Amino acid sequence: MAILVIAEHDNSTLKGATLNAVTAATQMGGDVHLLVAGANCGAVAEAGAAVAGINKLLVADNAAYEHQLAENLSKLVTEVAEDYSHVVAPATTTGKNFLPRVAALLDVAQISDITAVESENTFQRPIYAGNAIATVESLDPVKVITVRGTAFDAAAAEGGSATVETLDAVHDAGVSSFVGEEMAKSDRPELTAANVIISGGRGMGNGENFAMLEKIADKLGAAVGASRAAVDAGFVPNDMQVGQTGKIVAPELYIAVGISGAIQHLAGMKDSKIIVAINKDEEAPIFSVADYGLVADLFDAVPELEKLL
Amino acid sequence: MKVLVTVKRVIDYNVKVRVKSDNTDVDLANVKMALNPFCEIAVEEAVRLKEAGTADEVVVVSIGPKACQEQIRTALALGADRGIQIETEEAPESLGVAKLLAKVIEEEQPGLVIMGKQAIDSDNNQTGQMLAALTDMPQGTFASEVKIDGDNVNVTREVDGGLQTVALNMPAIVTTDLRLNEPRYASLPNIMKAKRKPLDVKSPADLGVELKAHTKLLKVTPPAERQAGIKVASVDELVEKLKNEAKVI
Ligand SMILES: Cc1cc2nc3c(=O)[nH]c(=O)nc-3n(C[C@H](O)[C@H](O)[C@H](O)COP(=O)(O)OP(=O)(O)OC[C@H]3O[C@@H](n4cnc5c(N)ncnc54)[C@H](O)[C@@H]3O)c2cc1C
Repeated sequence: MAILVIAEHDNSTLKGATLNAVTAATQMGGDVHLLVAGANCGAVAEAGAAVAGINKLLVADNAAYEHQLAENLSKLVTEVAEDYSHVVAPATTTGKNFLPRVAALLDVAQISDITAVESENTFQRPIYAGNAIATVESLDPVKVITVRGTAFDAAAAEGGSATVETLDAVHDAGVSSFVGEEMAKSDRPELTAANVIISGGRGMGNGENFAMLEKIADKLGAAVGASRAAVDAGFVPNDMQVGQTGKIVAPELYIAVGISGAIQHLAGMKDSKIIVAINKDEEAPIFSVADYGLVADLFDAVPELEKLL
Repeated sequence: MKVLVTVKRVIDYNVKVRVKSDNTDVDLANVKMALNPFCEIAVEEAVRLKEAGTADEVVVVSIGPKACQEQIRTALALGADRGIQIETEEAPESLGVAKLLAKVIEEEQPGLVIMGKQAIDSDNNQTGQMLAALTDMPQGTFASEVKIDGDNVNVTREVDGGLQTVALNMPAIVTTDLRLNEPRYASLPNIMKAKRKPLDVKSPADLGVELKAHTKLLKVTPPAERQAGIKVASVDELVEKLKNEAKVI
């Protein structure tokens, strides 16, 4: 039986997290099919059909799926899932929202946020903020899985030539509707896709001071992240939070500025290749995971760093 | 309107868990346990709805061994009216929890169910969504704002790209994110009062639910440890190391 991956997209572009989920799916054994459910999402379907490793692309193009409302999407995916051994989605806020509904409707477990595929039914996943790794075997006929993007390389976006099948099923549960959204607009790379990230914590003092980090980000082509304390204090918006309950990142270079290094923050960034910490407290736990630690006042060190880059 | 809140007993968020040497699980012996922080936010939200006159009763449910009554009492001290413990041996899987809660909903008929978005032990982030599917209710997950408007609830959600607002018909299920509210501390008189609030104990059999294993935990291992790095003395040295040693800039 084949493996079904649910594409993450905004009706115009296919999101990178899909490509990591495809790589995880190819390790589960079997053909990989991709489902694009959206509204006026033809461009996404075209991009999906070109992804290397996809044998078949299913597209459900209807207003009911425009905003990926979990109530509607889960009914569609549950209906399609019958013919599959695995149903896989990226562990993004979209995947985390609708996929557990699918699992419940299929009367199976969901294995969340996997970081390794050991066999078609055995997976690794972090628990306790990444302080332990569980190896879990699924006993279910259909395995429902979300994939941690940083744990799998992205599949090639080009080179595939999937056959395309259109699904006409319309599932509109009629119990929820989209009211609006406030999306962050930025020319910088997305946090989960960036090669370099510079993050600020409570030590930044206020939101204006994040401009210091932005200047460095501009020079390094980096994304800007934050700790929970910086988000809670209103310095920056929630989509910048890195950590156990925010975004999981693993860039080539992660620079933590004025962040103490609580376990919940470390859970989101300790798989970065190189970690730099700038903190005035030499006892700060962040130094225990940093490759390069600089004990300094950030208001001196950060402007100096910017000049030297 | 009645509001149902669910709470889970978990390791205290300040404690770093250790893996047992035989790799069968984590070691929770003598570890400080607490109310899951996201559940605490759920309790606070429900209590605020009651204080605002929108809710008239807040019922709190926990599933687990007798010890979880401690977390129910904490929720009662924060302002919930009565508790229900569903007694099980160890923590059932999320789907089992959702099935038990679906039966509680059938009995209690709440207008709104508020849950934590994730428990900080299993980090699954799924029970609320599963419960919503089993009860055929709409869901507002990762909520940073909940506004009730007649038979509808508007939920603003923390999503990867920013914030999204959805309108849900009630009854509905909301799962909390960190910014929804800042939970209060229980006062001593309220802790005393909570001891006298009603707490029912039920078994899965009372609810007609048979718990079944859908997964098998094969082993639990510690994560790969990072090598301790070095301290640099200056910004100059930092830039030099990043350029010539790490070669990342
Ligand atoms: C359920 C739950 C979930 C959570 N999820 C997350 C999460 O996803 N992500 C997350 O980040 N946190 C999370 N947390 C919060 C976490 O426990 C910490 O409270 C938070 O990470 C602290 O943020 P911080 O390091 O910015 O602040 P603090 O711990 O206050 O640290 C500030 C640091 O800045 C340094 N500093 C101050 N001024 C200067 C200066 N001028 N120059 C240099 N250094 C300076 C200080 O020495 C200190 O080390 C969660 C907590 C809970 C309970």
